[in-house]
Amino acid sequence: MSSVLSSGTQPVRIEQDVVLARQVVRKAAIDCGLRLIDQTKLVTAASELARNTVVYGGGGDMDWAILEDGLRKGVRLLFRDEGPGIADLKLAMTDGWTSGGGLGLGLTGAKRLVNEFELDTAPGAGTRITITRWT
Amino acid sequence: MSNLQAGTISAISNDQAGILGEWRSILDASSASRGVSPLELAQQTEEFLRLVIAGAADGTATGGVAGANWAEARAFLERLSRSRALLGFDSQHTASFIFSLKRPLFARVQAAYKDGDAALADQLWAVSELIDSLGMHTIQTFQKTREEVIKRQQEELLELSTPVVKLWEGVLALPMIGTLDSQRTQVVMESLLQRIVDTGSEIAIIDITGVPTVDTLVAQHLLKTVTAIRLMGADCIISGVRPQIAQTIVHLGLDLAGIVTKANLADALKLALQRSGLTVTRAV
Amino acid sequence: MERIPILRMGNFLLVTIQVDMHDQLALTLQDDLSERINATSARGVLLDISALDMVDSFIGRMIGTISGLSRIMDAHTVLVGMQPAVAITLVELGMNLPGVLTALDVERGMKLLRDRVASE
Repeated sequence: MSSVLSSGTQPVRIEQDVVLARQVVRKAAIDCGLRLIDQTKLVTAASELARNTVVYGGGGDMDWAILEDGLRKGVRLLFRDEGPGIADLKLAMTDGWTSGGGLGLGLTGAKRLVNEFELDTAPGAGTRITITRWT
Repeated sequence: MSNLQAGTISAISNDQAGILGEWRSILDASSASRGVSPLELAQQTEEFLRLVIAGAADGTATGGVAGANWAEARAFLERLSRSRALLGFDSQHTASFIFSLKRPLFARVQAAYKDGDAALADQLWAVSELIDSLGMHTIQTFQKTREEVIKRQQEELLELSTPVVKLWEGVLALPMIGTLDSQRTQVVMESLLQRIVDTGSEIAIIDITGVPTVDTLVAQHLLKTVTAIRLMGADCIISGVRPQIAQTIVHLGLDLAGIVTKANLADALKLALQRSGLTVTRAV
Repeated sequence: MERIPILRMGNFLLVTIQVDMHDQLALTLQDDLSERINATSARGVLLDISALDMVDSFIGRMIGTISGLSRIMDAHTVLVGMQPAVAITLVELGMNLPGVLTALDVERGMKLLRDRVASE
């Protein structure tokens, strides 16, 4: 089983928080010992999800944790908001589909950049997305 | 875990020299200490026995050998098994270092309590359990160190199998040989991209003459690499695409539009030189 | 308001992004740049992102838009200095930035712009 080495929470309320979230994730990724390329992938995924939290979720929080699981270490991020949730999951997970003004690469792109991706949402019940990147 | 009673602890600590002597002779006989100098062994046995007594004497903490009172003993064992793993000892030798302490300790416990005493059985059990859990801890650490060594060697092997060579000023080549799995392809491609930046090369040739087959994942990695190289501002040529691989790529329905391929490395180099504005002529 | 500086070099504009951009800053740059291309009749834009350690889909989209709008305004945009880790991530994200000109560094980017403009 994996154990938590360190953890914290970063509020993701306004657009500027997306930048802060990226910096927090970068630091956690460096502390965890992820290679540069994996750091970059994780930070980029976090940027996409943090923006979603602000734009679609009406703001929320990002919980981060550095994990140890046997020989491997990893960074786990949880983005949670109390927003409207996602009504059509299948559609939201389609490349190129967007409800905002983006390219529709946020969710699917973020999923491709990490090792584990978990989405928990329902209309009116907010959205919780957990991603993990291992060394 | 039952705790060691004060009587047991004093029986052990009052005859440290005797215990150490017996322990060392058992170690010598079992060849568990092969390759370790007598001086080193003397220090290790002495320190470990001292830590065991100290750990057992501090009965305040709970949680067995995972408790705070055993922290020093655990750290010692971690150092020990790590150094032995790196010396190439196997886990059996490292474990028997600890387990062979049992006999001298049992002898002291037996001498300290009367035959048939309920405390005797209890204390023998406590000592046994203690040594077992310390031994287990050693094996776990040993295993972990060995796995780390294996992992590092695997990574080194990956690095070694990625020779990015400079063919000409501004022209890099990556001759790929052997079966490509997804992880290896990724590592190879990353080192190619980094070399492009380091050397400021505008053309990279990936030669796959020595690659017997490619699967979907590897083919996709190749395509992604070509795209990434373009984003960085350099060009990529793929050479040595053998008929079977060409068939695979077409069968997989992968889009090779915009990718420059050449039959062999020589043709690729010719094109690269041409793009750099160079021509090769025979000196008369 | 915070802004990313746009430098003029002859008939080219040079933009070096050195800060971790939030979305509004990216949109402002996009607007500023189209204003400056129009005001200076610039023929080329060099977008230097060598200092960026991350490009997400929003910044990627900004790059695509700048490239597209400069084209309509008779200028070429060359993206220079993308880091390997950023390039790999962007491709993985699904952004291939089709049609965007690229170069390894500012010097080569400048040469590419000159060649483009001279051939027209």
